Amino acid sequence: MTTVKRNHPGLIAIAIAIALFLFVFLIGPILTVVYTAFTDGHGGFTLTHFLAFAEISLMRESFANSLFVAGMTVFWATMIAIPLAYLTMRFQFRGAVLIQTLGVLPLVMPAFVGAAALQLIFGRSGAVNLILMENFGFSIPVMEGLSGIIFVETLHYFPFILLNLSASLATIDSSMEEAGQNLGASGWRLFRKVIFPLALPGYIAGASLVFIKVFDDLGTPLVLNVTNMLAPQAYLRVTSIGIEDPIGYVICVILVLFSIAAMAGSWWFVKRRDYALVSRGGAQAPKRKLTGWQTALAYGWIFGILMLVLSPHLGILLMSLFKVWSFSVLPEQFTLVHYATIFTDAKQMIWNTILYCGLAAFIDIIIGGAIAYIVIRTTIPGRQILDHLVTVALAMPGLVLGIGYLRAFRGIELPFGAGALTASWVIFVIAYSVRRLPYALRSCMAALTQVHPALEEAAENVGAGRWRTIRKIVIPLMMGGLLAGFVTSFITAAAEISETILLTSRESLAPMSYGIYLYFQSIAGRGPGAALSVVAISIVALGTYITHRLAATATPHQNVGNRT
Amino acid sequence: MQLSFARTAVASALIALLAPLAAQAETISVVTSFPKELTAAYKKAYEAKYPNDKVEILNKNTSAGIAYVREQAAGSRPEVFWASAPDAFEVLSGQKLLVNIGPGNPEIPAKVGNYPVNDPKGFYRGQALAGYGMMWNTRYMKANKLPAPKEWADLVKPVYFSHLAISSPSRSGTTHLTVETILQGEGWTKGWEQVLMIGGNCAAITERSFGVPDGVSNGQFGIGLVIDFFGLAAKNSGMPVDFVYPSVTSIVPANIALIEGAKSSEAGKRFIEFTLSEEGQKLLLQKDISRLPVLPAIYKQAPADYPNPFSGKIQAKVNFDSQLSESRYLVVRSLFDQMITFRHKELVAATKAIQDAEKRLAGRPSAQLDEARKLAFSPAVDETQIKDPQLLALFKAKKADADATRAKAKIEEEWASRAKANYARAITLANSAK
Repeated sequence: MTTVKRNHPGLIAIAIAIALFLFVFLIGPILTVVYTAFTDGHGGFTLTHFLAFAEISLMRESFANSLFVAGMTVFWATMIAIPLAYLTMRFQFRGAVLIQTLGVLPLVMPAFVGAAALQLIFGRSGAVNLILMENFGFSIPVMEGLSGIIFVETLHYFPFILLNLSASLATIDSSMEEAGQNLGASGWRLFRKVIFPLALPGYIAGASLVFIKVFDDLGTPLVLNVTNMLAPQAYLRVTSIGIEDPIGYVICVILVLFSIAAMAGSWWFVKRRDYALVSRGGAQAPKRKLTGWQTALAYGWIFGILMLVLSPHLGILLMSLFKVWSFSVLPEQFTLVHYATIFTDAKQMIWNTILYCGLAAFIDIIIGGAIAYIVIRTTIPGRQILDHLVTVALAMPGLVLGIGYLRAFRGIELPFGAGALTASWVIFVIAYSVRRLPYALRSCMAALTQVHPALEEAAENVGAGRWRTIRKIVIPLMMGGLLAGFVTSFITAAAEISETILLTSRESLAPMSYGIYLYFQSIAGRGPGAALSVVAISIVALGTYITHRLAATATPHQNVGNRT
Repeated sequence: MQLSFARTAVASALIALLAPLAAQAETISVVTSFPKELTAAYKKAYEAKYPNDKVEILNKNTSAGIAYVREQAAGSRPEVFWASAPDAFEVLSGQKLLVNIGPGNPEIPAKVGNYPVNDPKGFYRGQALAGYGMMWNTRYMKANKLPAPKEWADLVKPVYFSHLAISSPSRSGTTHLTVETILQGEGWTKGWEQVLMIGGNCAAITERSFGVPDGVSNGQFGIGLVIDFFGLAAKNSGMPVDFVYPSVTSIVPANIALIEGAKSSEAGKRFIEFTLSEEGQKLLLQKDISRLPVLPAIYKQAPADYPNPFSGKIQAKVNFDSQLSESRYLVVRSLFDQMITFRHKELVAATKAIQDAEKRLAGRPSAQLDEARKLAFSPAVDETQIKDPQLLALFKAKKADADATRAKAKIEEEWASRAKANYARAITLANSAK
C-alpha cells in the first residue's frame, strides 16, 4: 500500500511560487524590522538602539509589565480551565454542553471590545462596583491598571487552554489511570501524578499560545489606557514619532523573540519527555459519578465562570440598545437608533470585512491546500520548509507584521494607478491571509490525511491525469476540511485588530474591527460601536457554529489547538 | 454542486477585486483628528452638494496625522489637514507641507479677542473656535459629594483626589493646548506645579483625548479636562454632564489647511471653502457636534444659551502664543510623558502622601512638607533651561540620526529617573512630616 509519489513539474512550480509569496510577505517584512533595529542612520551595524532601549527605564518597566501580564494571564487562565476540562472529561456530568459553549463564547469577540464592556460592568463606576458601594461601602478595583488587562485577557483567552487540555485528556488511555488507582492513588494525587503529566502536551500548547497572544495584544491596553507595556509602546512610538523611530523596531524584535521562544519552548518541553502511550484508542477512561456536594460545587463553578464570560457580551448588547449608560447599574432610554446609524454609515465597513476576510480565507485554503498536497503527496526536496515557514506566521505578532509592511512596502505603487500598496485594500487581504494561513493549513492537512491515496490511485488507473484527479477526487473529498479552514481563517481575521489599526490609512478602507475602534470614540456614546460589535459577533458566531458543524461531520480528529 | 459553489465563490471574489477600481471620481482625502459625527456630517453635506467629488476621511490623532503626511511622497499626499491644535499646523507649514491659500470667506472676522482667526502668513484658516475647560458627570459628583469646579486651580484640591482625568499632550493635540494654556497663563514653574498637582489628582492619563470625555460620560471619572465641544456635545446628546470654561482659558481656532503635493488640490480647496461657507458653518451647531463657528452670523441661529466667543461671554485671560508653543512643543510633550504619563502611579502616591500629611498637620507649617511639595511638583526642566536652544534643537533632530536619538533618550531617561526618585523622596518626607 505504498503511496505513488510523483513530482509533477507543475507542482514544483507551485511550491516555488508559494515559497516566494511567503518570503515576500512574511519573511521579508520581518527581516526589514530586524534590519532596522540593528542599523544606524547610514546602514552600518549597530547595537545603539538596543542600548538606548535598555537605558530607558520606561522600556525596562514596559518589558517587565508585559511579561507579568502575560504570565499572570496564563496562571489565571489555567486556574479556570483545569477544573472545567477535568470535569467534562472525567465525570458523568450533564453540563458538558455548557462547557463547550464556554470554550467558544469569548473567542467570538475581539478582546478590546470585551474590555470596553467590562469597564461598564466591573470598572470604577461599573454596575458591580456601584452595587457594592451602595450596599457595602467598598468597591473592587479589578479593572484598574495591569490587573484590568489580566482580567480581560484571562476571560478572553482561557478557552485556548481549555480546548487543548480537553483534547489531551480525551486521548489518555484509561489503563494508565486504572494503574494509578490500583497503586493506591486517588483524587488530587491521581490528578497531579498521573493525569496532568499525561495531559501536559496539550496544556503547554494552550498555555504558550495564551502567552504569545497576550504578550503582543495591542487593543486591550489601548482601550484600558495602559501604556507602559511593550505593544502599546511600539504602537505609540511608530505612530506619533514616526516610522523612522528605531526604538519601535527594537520592541518589535523583542516581541518576535519572545513569541518564538515561547513556541520553541513549548515544543522542546513536550519533546523532552516521552508522552507516547503504548495503547491508544482503547476504552476511554470511565466517567465517574459526582457526589451531591461535588455536583453543586461543579455547577456553581461553571455558572460563575459562565456569568463572567457572558458579561461582556451582555454589556455590549445593552450598550447597543440604549442611549445613556452613565454612572448607573443599568443603561437608560431604549433605542434602535445605533443600529440605524451603522446600517447607513458603516455598510462599507461590514462589506470591507466580508471582502478582505473572504478573499484572505480563500487565498489561505488555496495555498494551505497546495502546501498540504505538496508536503503529504510529493517528495519534492525541501517541501517541509513550506510547512515551517507557515508556522513562523503563527508566532509572528500582528503588530510586528504591520510595522514590517509599512516599512518594507513604503513607496511601492500598485499598477493601474491604484495608489500605494500600503494605502490600498490589497494590503489587508495580504496581511490577513499571511497571518491566518497556519489555521487554514492545519485544516487542510487534517482533511488530506483522511483522503486515502488508494482513491487517487484508482482514479489514475482508469486514466485520469494528475490535475483531473486533484480536481475530481482530492478537492471534493477535502471539501469539508477546506470549508472549515476557510471559516476559521475568516472569523479570526474578522476579529483581528493590531494589524488593522496600523494598516488602516483611510476610513473607506477600514474593516469592521477598525470601525468598532473608531465608533467607540464618539462623544455621543459608544452605542454605534456596540451595535457594530453585535453585528460582528453575530457574523463570527455564525461562522464558528458552521466550523463546528463541519468539523464534527468532516474531520473528527481535527486539532482544536490552532484557533484564535 | 460543491464545485459550482466554489465557482461562484471565485466569480464573486473576482467581481469584488475589480469593484474598487471602478470608482474613479475626484477624491478629497482629509486627515483629521475629529470624531466620526463631525466628519460624517461634513462628508454627507459636501457630497450632496458636489456629487462628483468623494470625501475620504483619514482619522488619526494630531501627531499621528503629522507623521502620516510627512511620510507620504509628494504627489500622493492627502488633500486636507483638519485638526484643533494650531501648533500642528505650524509644524506642517514649517516643513513646507502646506499651500498658502490666504484668508477665505470675508465675513469671518480677522481676530477673536487678540488671537488671529486665520494664519497671518496664509497657510491655514480657522474653521471653528474652541476653548478649553472642565466637564463633569453630574451623577458622579452628586454620589461622591463633590463641588463643581470653576478654575483650573480648583482641581489641585485634595477633595478631587482620584476623581480627575486628562489625556497626554503627546497623544492629543487639544490636551497639549490645555497644558500650554496653563503654562502660558500661570508661567512655566507655577504652571507645571499646577499641571503636576492636577496629574496627581487624576485617576487616569488616557491614551487619546477622547478617553477623557468618554470616561466622564460613562461615569468612570468625575471631572475631565477637555476641549469645549466634547463637553457641550455630550451634554447636548443627553449625557448627564456639565461643562464650564475657567478664566485661564484661551479661545483658539481649530484649523483647516491644504496640503502641498496633494493629488487633487482644486477639489481640496473646494472642500475647505465649503467648511467655511454659511452651509458648512451651520453644521457645527448640530447637537452631537456643538462647536463654535468662526462665522459670527451663525450664532443668530443657535440656541439662546449657546456660548458665543464674539459676544465676550467667555472670558479668555490668556493670549495664546502659538510661536512659543511650537518652539517647545516636543519638549513639553516629552516632559509631560516622562513626569506624568509614564510615572503616574508614583506621582499619585506622592500626591496622596502629601495630601495626607497636609490633613494630619492641619495647616501647621512644616519644612519637610514644603520640601516634599517642591520635589513632587517641580518640572525637571526649569525656566532657564527651557529657553536653551540646544535642548530645543536636540528634540527636533532627525529620527534616523542615531546619536541624536540616543542623546535625547538619555535626557528623557534623566527626567524619568529624577521624577521617580523625587516622588519616592517626597513620599518619605511627607510621611515623616511633623
